[in-house]
Amino acid sequence: MLIFLAKRLGFMLLTMFVVSLVLFLVMEFNIENVATKVLGPYSLPEQREAWLLANGYYEPIYIRYFDWVSGAVVGDFGISTRFKAPVNEYIWDRLWNTAILGFWVFALMVPLSLVLGILAGMKEGSRLDRIISVSCILTTSVPEFASAVFFSAIFVFWLDLLPGASSMMGGFDWKQIVLPVMVLLVYDFGYVARMTRASMAEVMTTHYIRTAVLKGLPYRQVILKHALRNALIAPFTVILLQLNWLLSGVIVVEFFFAYKGFGALILEASLNQDIYMIEACALIAVFVAVATQVLADIGYMYLNPRIRFK
Amino acid sequence: MSETYDGPLLEIENLSISYYTRAGEIPAVVDFSLTLNAGESVGLVGESGCGKSTVAMAIMRYMGNNGGIVGGSIKFKGRDMVQLDDEELRKLRGSEIAMIYQEPMAALNPSMTVARQLMEVPITHDGVSEDEAWKRAVQMLADVHLPDPERVMNAYPHQISGGQQQRVVIAMALLSNPSLLLLDEPTTALDVTVEAGIVELIGELAQKFDTALLYISHNLGLMLEVCDRIGVMYSGEMVEEGRVNSIFTWPKHPYTHGLFGCIPLPHSDKNARPLMAIPGQLPLPHQRPQGCNFGPRCRFFGDGRCNAGDIRMDAVTTDEDPDHRVRCIRWNEIDHDEAIPKPDERPPIEIGEPVLIVEDMQKYYEITDNSLKALISGDRIKYVKANESITFKAGRSETVAIVGESGCGKSTFAKVLMGLETTTGGTVTLNNVEIGGLEVGNRTPEQLGSLQMVFQNPNDTLNPSHSVGFQIGRVIKKFGVESDPAKVKQRVFDLLDTVKLPRAFINRKPRQLSGGQKQRIGIARAFAGNPSTVIADEPISALDVSVAAAVTELLMDIQREHKTTLLFISHDLSAVRYLADRVVVMYLGQIMERGTTDEVFAPPYHPYTEALLSAVPIADPQVTKRRIVLEGNLPSVLNPPPGCPFATRCPRKLGDICDRERPPLREVEPRHVIACHIEVEELRKVPPVITVSEDYQKEVEDRLGS
Amino acid sequence: MSEMTQETVRAPSFGDKVVRVLKAIALMRESPVGMVGAGLVLFWVIMALIAPFAAPYDPNATMIPFQLPGTVAPDGGTFWFGTDLLGRDILSRVMWGAQTVLFYAPLATFCAYTVGIGMGLLAGYKMGWWDTILSRVADIVLSFPVMVLYVIVIAKFGASGINIVIAITFASAPAIMRIVRGLTLDVRARDYIGAAQTRGEGAWFIMLAEILPNVRGPLIVDACLRFGYVTITIGVLGFLGLGLPPPDPDWGGMINENRSMALSFPHMTVIPCIAISSLVLGFNLLADGLREISIKD
Repeated sequence: MLIFLAKRLGFMLLTMFVVSLVLFLVMEFNIENVATKVLGPYSLPEQREAWLLANGYYEPIYIRYFDWVSGAVVGDFGISTRFKAPVNEYIWDRLWNTAILGFWVFALMVPLSLVLGILAGMKEGSRLDRIISVSCILTTSVPEFASAVFFSAIFVFWLDLLPGASSMMGGFDWKQIVLPVMVLLVYDFGYVARMTRASMAEVMTTHYIRTAVLKGLPYRQVILKHALRNALIAPFTVILLQLNWLLSGVIVVEFFFAYKGFGALILEASLNQDIYMIEACALIAVFVAVATQVLADIGYMYLNPRIRFK
Repeated sequence: MSETYDGPLLEIENLSISYYTRAGEIPAVVDFSLTLNAGESVGLVGESGCGKSTVAMAIMRYMGNNGGIVGGSIKFKGRDMVQLDDEELRKLRGSEIAMIYQEPMAALNPSMTVARQLMEVPITHDGVSEDEAWKRAVQMLADVHLPDPERVMNAYPHQISGGQQQRVVIAMALLSNPSLLLLDEPTTALDVTVEAGIVELIGELAQKFDTALLYISHNLGLMLEVCDRIGVMYSGEMVEEGRVNSIFTWPKHPYTHGLFGCIPLPHSDKNARPLMAIPGQLPLPHQRPQGCNFGPRCRFFGDGRCNAGDIRMDAVTTDEDPDHRVRCIRWNEIDHDEAIPKPDERPPIEIGEPVLIVEDMQKYYEITDNSLKALISGDRIKYVKANESITFKAGRSETVAIVGESGCGKSTFAKVLMGLETTTGGTVTLNNVEIGGLEVGNRTPEQLGSLQMVFQNPNDTLNPSHSVGFQIGRVIKKFGVESDPAKVKQRVFDLLDTVKLPRAFINRKPRQLSGGQKQRIGIARAFAGNPSTVIADEPISALDVSVAAAVTELLMDIQREHKTTLLFISHDLSAVRYLADRVVVMYLGQIMERGTTDEVFAPPYHPYTEALLSAVPIADPQVTKRRIVLEGNLPSVLNPPPGCPFATRCPRKLGDICDRERPPLREVEPRHVIACHIEVEELRKVPPVITVSEDYQKEVEDRLGS
Repeated sequence: MSEMTQETVRAPSFGDKVVRVLKAIALMRESPVGMVGAGLVLFWVIMALIAPFAAPYDPNATMIPFQLPGTVAPDGGTFWFGTDLLGRDILSRVMWGAQTVLFYAPLATFCAYTVGIGMGLLAGYKMGWWDTILSRVADIVLSFPVMVLYVIVIAKFGASGINIVIAITFASAPAIMRIVRGLTLDVRARDYIGAAQTRGEGAWFIMLAEILPNVRGPLIVDACLRFGYVTITIGVLGFLGLGLPPPDPDWGGMINENRSMALSFPHMTVIPCIAISSLVLGFNLLADGLREISIKD
């Protein structure tokens, strides 16, 4: 158990190391390029050289990498060229905004998709199963930008119920977060629901369910006590890994609704080649993703006694 | 339940069950009738697809989405199960009728403790409190002879062994004190010595709790040991039923006769009395013939009579058994002594010079222990002793059987011979070349071709994506036998002829073949390179009896013709006695006993050989066996006992010395070796496990002589 | 059955093979959902093929902007789907856009599969170090949120068809590898692989001729799903302004270009959205149908 945790954390560190190294090489290997990006395309070659010298860019690359990583570990990501301010001043606010969005998506998606998946998987091939399954395929087939367009057309253009942008200029506004959450929810719940359904359907065909039925247990008890626990092991992992997908989705949604979140920040930084901001965002995104994977693994082990007591 | 009911416990009348598939309605069971009285044990026997399990599931009314009862009735204590509503059915299941399943691991919920799964039964059916349920569960675990019930209660199913899991399943079934227990192949997935223990337990408990048993199995020998009456099923129908003694002694249906002809019994002999396979194949459920389903395979088939119309069960009046019935219109006309055709006697095989010499062969696997304890002690590298000092010789034309239960190292040994693994010590010499350290990639085509293998699982032995012709042809080219496409094709045809399959099979894909046919192709492939030695790894254990007999005979015919050395790996001692010249008995990677077949099957025995012999069910009422049931589980290969590997379960254990020291190799006769601390003289005093009554022995000899 | 048939045994002819393919298609009828999916995909394939002849206008010709669907064009024709904010005919652009997406999506999927299958076979068959290293690499790539990866990589190296294909291959191959690895591990334990090894076959023959044909079923289903997913990815990149360079029509790009008008002229964005959603839906339904049929058999 401890060994497993240590291994998992070790691999997490390895991943972070490899990712940061690759990221660093891609972004900062060509120092001429770095100087141009920082000082702007109209800077003079002498200015760039002076800047590079002043900022230690003529040091060997491993020393530069080490300096950068040690800065990143204590939370010093440098200065954003786009915003002309320390990266830290922006990134945490944006992350918080995205966390609010993500929280609501998860809070709604998890119960919805689990309930639908279990209902569908309980009786494979039933009418209810078909309806749920096809609806899930339908919703996962509509990409976020498309459902954003559809929902805007309906709720903003046609019904005029909700605001079309979520920039939150005048402070937090409930109405503005409805559409982004809806778009993410619609795209994501189908996948989890289908996974749950598949897992549930598989469990329902196992011999131990047959044993439970032939023991004379009431159907409710067969489902709640015997089937659910086994059926929820797989979706649990899927749900946590869904966070990774959510990070992808928020880029689109935040861009579409002009929501001031982390995803929009990554996009803006990338489009403007804001080197230090990109590096910071990527590191944080990977950290979040890897940390959830570790959580998923630990949770999986806890849920599955076959692995827990080995 | 009405307590005053005193009729038969279970009455099944004219039951018909169908499955509905894309191809339409498929009748699984037709016109099935059976009566079972309280406390009685009845067996249903038949080959796969005969509908025996379907009957059990129908009694439970558990048919899946696409199955249904289309006719007849199932009366349990006078109430028709077919008419019951869901709630009534639920109250009956698990309380009045309980079931024991084939695979105990799959039957138990992996994420619930044994305690929870057991306690549910009395809580649901008797409405008792948690404390009371716990007490009853612990008591029942003690009743099924599980050591340390409290520990087992708190375990998850994967933490206990297969035999223990099956005991838990049995305990679960008996917790509500059912009056009928359905057993669906309850020991098929278990090792023989474990099986013996479970069978004994079932018999003991059925008496203790006065439970009626419906025992479903493909194993006739097992039936003889557990049942009062048996029913023989063929292709969805009951073809014969009666008391055990009458079925085994005076069978009346040609199919029942055929089955007995396929089973190797103690008096069968590969030369003097070879097995007689039933010709033809089991008809598919939607292609059953008109009239008698067995007609096309029956040597007493009467055109115009047997295929005229449906045939009903008829009471057999020639013996004292009032329950004896048979579904054959000619049962009274045919000569039952001639029911199985007399096989041709074959000359004994002459065994030639040694081809394969294994000396002190050793295979250790290195594993890294990642537990915290090992990390701290620094003792991380451990060895799994898969094979330890394996020594034996096999001559030309000789059949050497390697016998043992799971984990005995026989598969590892096969891998080393085939070059998929290399030895870590000792030598393996084939045709005067040391091959133990020669990986498959370093062997010449001739070496590869001269040592080939027949695999266990017919569904796995052929690549489903390639045609039969491609797969055999590839081997021929690979071994450099032929390279010209026309000649390769001719050679494939020759091989198909050899294994008695039509030449048209060259274009077939494996999914178009039956299990027995696939196994024949596997044999053809093994013999493509004219091998001097063939390893057959449980080649018949996954086949039905009648198919197995045909494949066994085929394999032996080819071997005889090509003077091949055959290494026959098996756990089935009946088959081994029938076809082997020499036997090597293995346990946990070591040889316990080796010698000629006659030597191994008669005293002096190694205590493990003795237990194995006793564990194997024999389908012959004239044979009496001494019962030896082994205690405990097979130890893990990862952590074998330091002294004699068998010491933890040995009923003849001397004492400390067995735990501490490796047993000496005692040579009883030249090349008959027993690894045991007990003196040979002591072992000689042990009476034989199997005895055949003298009258019977004479009768068999007379019949052979005539 | 043991009778020797001495008649000449002929190899399966071309005709037999055609019959077998037709039978496989006929099986599709078992799944109405799959039929609908196949229909949608087929529809867009036809659209892409006939775009050069059947599209009413040059997709890049700027005519009258802001026309609603159904307006009569100056040359007497009709803008069935209206025009965009540069005055280009939306119907023509949607048809040509089908060609773009149906070129890049299969190409990217194919590349991802080639790499993923190779890695998966190696890891699953060779095991040991191969497996450890390939699996670790896959884990690291997969731990990166996909879209973040695309955005950073494509923004850095520039938006072009080839870069999109490379980025998708890089990000999807590890997922395919995991599937193939799992299937390979299962197949390699079969006896027929042992038979191949013991007749002295090389590793590549076993991987490609013995293992690969037996794992294709689940891979075909997965490929269908992945087609849909790659289509979405290409659309998203276009939408974020990282897709194929303008002015060539690309559904995602069309939405991006007309986004500023989305609330006043919804048809400009809704129509390409319907196009992409229906194509993805087609792939997903097809995959579901195929899976359903494969389970039944």
